[in-house]
Amino acid sequence: MAATTASTLPSARKKNRQTPKSGGWGSPSTYFVALVIVGLTIAPIAYIVLGGFRTNSQITLSPSGLPDPWHFENYTNVLTGSTFWRQLGNSTIVALVTSIIIVGFGLMASYVLARYSFRGRGALYALFAAGLMFPITVAITPLYIVVRDLHLMNSLAGVILPQVGFGLSTTVIILVPFLRAIPQEIEEAAAIDGTGKLGFFFRMVLPLSLPGVLTTGILAFVGSWNSYILPLFILNDADKFTLPLGVQAFSSQYSTDTAAVLAFTSLSMIPALVFFSLFERRIVGGLQGAVKG
Amino acid sequence: MSESSANEPLAVESSRSQLTVAGAGVKPAPATGRATRRRSGGGWRQRFEIALLSGPAVLMFVGFVIFPVVLAAYYGFFRWKGYGKPTDFIGLQNYKTILTDPEFHAALQHNLTIVVLSLILQGPIAIGLALLLNRKMRGRSLIRVLIFVPYVVSEVIVGTGWSLMLATNGAVNDLFGKIGLDSLQQDWLSDPNIAIWSLMLIISWKYIGFAVILFMAALQNIPEELYEAASIDGASYWQIQRSITVPLLGPTVRIWAFLSIIGSLQLFDLVYIVWGQYVAGTAGVSTMATYMVQYGRNAGNFGYGSAVAVVLFLISLVIALIYQRFVLRRDTAGAITGGAK
Repeated sequence: MAATTASTLPSARKKNRQTPKSGGWGSPSTYFVALVIVGLTIAPIAYIVLGGFRTNSQITLSPSGLPDPWHFENYTNVLTGSTFWRQLGNSTIVALVTSIIIVGFGLMASYVLARYSFRGRGALYALFAAGLMFPITVAITPLYIVVRDLHLMNSLAGVILPQVGFGLSTTVIILVPFLRAIPQEIEEAAAIDGTGKLGFFFRMVLPLSLPGVLTTGILAFVGSWNSYILPLFILNDADKFTLPLGVQAFSSQYSTDTAAVLAFTSLSMIPALVFFSLFERRIVGGLQGAVKG
Repeated sequence: MSESSANEPLAVESSRSQLTVAGAGVKPAPATGRATRRRSGGGWRQRFEIALLSGPAVLMFVGFVIFPVVLAAYYGFFRWKGYGKPTDFIGLQNYKTILTDPEFHAALQHNLTIVVLSLILQGPIAIGLALLLNRKMRGRSLIRVLIFVPYVVSEVIVGTGWSLMLATNGAVNDLFGKIGLDSLQQDWLSDPNIAIWSLMLIISWKYIGFAVILFMAALQNIPEELYEAASIDGASYWQIQRSITVPLLGPTVRIWAFLSIIGSLQLFDLVYIVWGQYVAGTAGVSTMATYMVQYGRNAGNFGYGSAVAVVLFLISLVIALIYQRFVLRRDTAGAITGGAK
C-alpha cells in the first residue's frame, strides 16, 4: 500500500508539471466538457444538414432521427432549380460591391483622419464613431423612405448604398490606428523622393495597410452576407432576393415540405461557412481588434 | 542645396503631419518652428486632398446614416402614411400613444429581460468556456473554430433551423421522448412562460462564441509571469483564476457587456424570423424593434414607426451613456465619447 502511493505520487506530480509546458493532453474532464460544448454547438447545424437528406415522412415519423435511407433528391432539386443560384448571385454581388466600396471610402477617410492635421479632425472622427450608436434597426423606417425617394426600391443598389453608410463606422475605427502606426520616417523618405501625400497614399499606404484592409473587407462582407432587415424592407421582388430573404421565402412557401426547407437552408449556409473557414483568423482577429481599438 | 529648397513645401507638410501624430498622442514629436508657424492655415492643396479623400465616405455616412436618423425625428411628429409630404402635424401624439400602449410596455419589458438574462447567462458561461479552451489540450484550435461557427451563420438560417427543432412535434421534443424524459416536452415556441427562455437559448447559442473569442484574446494577453509567480507562491488553480484572471479580464468583460446590452435592446432578426410579427406578441417575446416594424412599416404608419425608432434610439442611448459613465469610464475613454484619440 505504502509502496504504491510512493510510486504513483512522484509520477503524478511529474505529469502535472509537464502538462503546461509540453502542450500535452490535459485532463479527461476538460475533454469531456469540451466535447459536450462542441456537441451542443454542432447539433443544430447537423440537424439542418442531415434533415436535408431525409424525406418528409422520415422527418414526421422521427423528427430527431438520422437519414435512413439517405435521400439526395432535396439537395438536387434545389441545386438544379434557378432560385438558389440567382439568390446566391444576388448575395454575392451585394456583399462584394458593399465591401469594396466600404473599404475604398473607409481607407481614404481613415487616411485623412490618421495623417492630416486640420481643424475639425476630432469632430469628423467623432461623427464616424457615433455611427456605432446607430444600428441599422433604428434608422430602417426613414431609410426605406430615403431609398424609395431615390427610386432605388427593389434594386440591389438600394441595399448596397445604405450598407456602405452603416459599415463605415467600424471600418474607420479599425483602420485609423492602423494607418497611424505606419512610421513617419517612411512618409518623410517618400517626401524627400518627391512623393506628395496623395502619391504616398497610393504607393505606400495601400500596400502597407493591406492586412487591415483585408480584415475590414472581410468583416463587411460577412455583415452584408447575413444582413436581413435592410433587404427585407428594400427588396420585394423574388428575383432580387438575397439568400437570407430567399431562405425565409422558401420556408414559408414550402412550409409543409420540411425536408426541402432544410436542404435549401443548409445549402445557403455553405458559402458563409467556406468563407469563414478560409478567413477564420482574420475574422476573429478583426472582431477582437475592433473591440479593443 | 537647390534640391532641398525645391522640396521645401513637402518637408513642411510632413513635419505638419508629424504634429498630427503628436496631437494624437501616439508619438510625441518635437514641433519645428516652421511647422508651428504654418499649423493653423492649411494650404489649398491640403484642403483639396482632405475633401477628395474624405468626401465620399462623409457623403455616404451623412446621407444614409445621419440623415435618416434626423428624418425619423422629424417624421415622428406627423401622422403620415408614407406618400407625399407629411402634412398632418400632430405634435407629440405619436409619442403619447407609444408610451401608453401596453403592447409597447410589454415589448420594452421583454427587451430588458433579454438584456439581463443575456448578461447573467452568457457572461459566466463564456468566461468558463474561455478558461477551459485556454488550457493546453489537443484539438483546441478546432474547437475554437467550431464554437464560433454559429456567430457566422446568418440569423435567418439559425432562426429557421431552431424554429423547426423547437416545434411541438420537432426534434427536441422527439429526442426527450426517446430518452424517456417525456415530462420535459414543451410548447417551446408558443407557451408564453417558456418562449422567452427558448429565445434566450437561441440567442446564447448564436452569440456566445463571440464572447468566448473576445475573452480568449484577453486571456492570452495576460502575462505568463503572473501565473508563474502565483504558482511559485503556491496558489491553487482556482485561486489564480480568482485573483489574476478575473480582474484582468474585467475591461474586456465590460466592453462585451456593453455590446451585448445594445444588441439585446435592438434585437429584431431572430424574433421576427422564428415567431413572426403576430405570434411574437402572444408568445411574450416581442421586442421594441418588432413592435416598430409591425406598427410602422407593415401597418403603413410611417410617422408612427419613425416615432418608435426615436424612442428605441433614445432608450438605447440613455442606457449606453449611463453604462459608459459608470462602468466603462475606468477602462478607457470609449470610442463613442472619446472622439479622436
